[in-house]
Amino acid sequence: MPINPNLKLVENILDLKTIEQAPTRKGYGEGLLEAGEQNEKVVALCADLTESTQMHLFTKKFPERFIQMGVAEQNLAAVASGLANYGKIPFISSYAMFSPGRNWEQIRTTICYNNVPVKIAGSHAGVSVGPDGATHQAIEDIAITRPIPNMTVINPCDTHEAKKATMAAVGIDGPVYLRFHREKTPVFTTPNSQFIIGKAEILWDSEGSPSPTGSGRSKPDVALIVCGPLVHNAILAAAELEKEGIKIRVINNHTIKPMDEATIIQAAKDAGAVVTVEEHQIQGGMGSAVAEVLAKNYPVPIEFIGVQNRFGESGAPNELIEHFGMGVSHIKEAVKKVLKRK
Amino acid sequence: MPHLHDDKIKFLEEKASAVRQSIIEMLVEAGSGHTAGPLGMADIFTAFYFHILNHDPKNPTMEDRDRLILSNGHICPVQYATLAHAGYFPVEELKTLRKFGTRLQGHPHRDSLPGVETTSGPLGSGLGQAAGYAYGAKMDGKKFRVYCLMSDGEQDAGNTWESAMFAGKYKLNNLTGVIDRNNIQIDGMTEDIMPLENLRAKYEAFNWHVLEIDGHNFEEIVNAVEEAKAIYEKPTMIIAHTIPGKGVKEIEFDYKWHGIPPNKEQATKFLAELRTLGGKIKSEHE
Repeated sequence: MPINPNLKLVENILDLKTIEQAPTRKGYGEGLLEAGEQNEKVVALCADLTESTQMHLFTKKFPERFIQMGVAEQNLAAVASGLANYGKIPFISSYAMFSPGRNWEQIRTTICYNNVPVKIAGSHAGVSVGPDGATHQAIEDIAITRPIPNMTVINPCDTHEAKKATMAAVGIDGPVYLRFHREKTPVFTTPNSQFIIGKAEILWDSEGSPSPTGSGRSKPDVALIVCGPLVHNAILAAAELEKEGIKIRVINNHTIKPMDEATIIQAAKDAGAVVTVEEHQIQGGMGSAVAEVLAKNYPVPIEFIGVQNRFGESGAPNELIEHFGMGVSHIKEAVKKVLKRK
Repeated sequence: MPHLHDDKIKFLEEKASAVRQSIIEMLVEAGSGHTAGPLGMADIFTAFYFHILNHDPKNPTMEDRDRLILSNGHICPVQYATLAHAGYFPVEELKTLRKFGTRLQGHPHRDSLPGVETTSGPLGSGLGQAAGYAYGAKMDGKKFRVYCLMSDGEQDAGNTWESAMFAGKYKLNNLTGVIDRNNIQIDGMTEDIMPLENLRAKYEAFNWHVLEIDGHNFEEIVNAVEEAKAIYEKPTMIIAHTIPGKGVKEIEFDYKWHGIPPNKEQATKFLAELRTLGGKIKSEHE
């Protein structure tokens, strides 16, 4: 299989029937608890969503380091700024719609311009929130966080990666936005899979003729650059496309800022065509960030998978992923479309 | 009970006059900025940096210093002038206000200037930051105090009341707020723009201890801060009644001076007026 063996992914990665399912927010809860055990400066603040953001694990273990803020997201950010300015490492939790949504200016001014180490954990991102509908489906949060100086932006692909990202965020001496999802999604990495903030990982690379760039890699037909749980859809699409003779490289681009430009540029050079995939508006999201890098360094045709300038709506998570054009079949179509543009 | 000797009051009056003169000099040089608020808060800033705060201008990051958080960053000329006169940086540097490359940004920035504890400007988020500081200090059993200087205009902002509710809930008795109750904001009088009264009753309902003082009377300023230290079960809000533009007759009480600087001609006149008063701010007010 073209799966990268170094990453120690699960063996049943292509088997939707047997693969374990868990939400990325669960990994956040576990990561926060462990970060709290390792570093006594870690404190947790929540705006009345302790259990659904999975902060309750920390709260039970460290009640004296948990601060209940009530439904007051602007104050959630401002108080965290003060705590961080004093010397704590605060994690703030709410739904992404409200933090960094409602409190964007407080995040920009009091956290990012102040450059203090507040970790903003936005749960329930994307249309996969499901039945709650568009009001609670944050699909603009990457676009509003990534242009803010000093900010790091991470969208982990599964619950293990979410845990690692949460713990790694403590080591960043500045603000970090961690983007999580409500729905259970395939767990395809393992506790042993490598995760480094700012380092994109090649998960899948179809075997083929050597790349003419001398990268030592094979030359895929198309590179899929993906963030969040949709990375799994991209792998499924790559496996199906390979059967059709189309060679794919799948990159887990979990860190949207600072982006691993070298890996992205190398993929464009090797493949000559790119499809980006994210559960976010096309405008301003991860795909836009990839386009910024490639337009400047190595322009190739790009197709963008994501929400197309629309609001979400109620429905089952998978139903909505399909409805808004982010399913496996949509990724395959986009690959074929971009191939014609090469 | 008075906490100040006559000599100390005279000293503070002279410092406040010097701060006011610097404010006029800075603003005319900058060509933009806010005039009324900084002049109106000169006595309170002087009282804090020359009497109340436990701080060291030569060691701005001293571990257990008291923290003064300025929430309404637009009145930063008075903070900059007071910091300079207190010895944080050279008084001559005040003339770089708002100019390219300056450490004296148009609104204060934490990393730019020694003595500036936080970044502020967008209104309504200072009290929350101060509350975060105070909460963190209490977690660690620290004894330093946190002061948040605010405007009355920013009492319009929802974030202010989220923070007021928070500080009341957690009984942050190490936090003292000071509201510059000068009754003006950019578009006019506060009670016309968005009525704030009864401001005292509002904070009391949010579980704060509330004091009202004459914001140009050093004894009242210092006594109120001392009283706040003795209130163990609540944070304290000091509503300081001030005269916007205090010290310059032409500016006093006029909301049109909220967001504009004096021109050169006006500045010469204003400086003469301030110098003639010779620091008699308190007696003049009486």
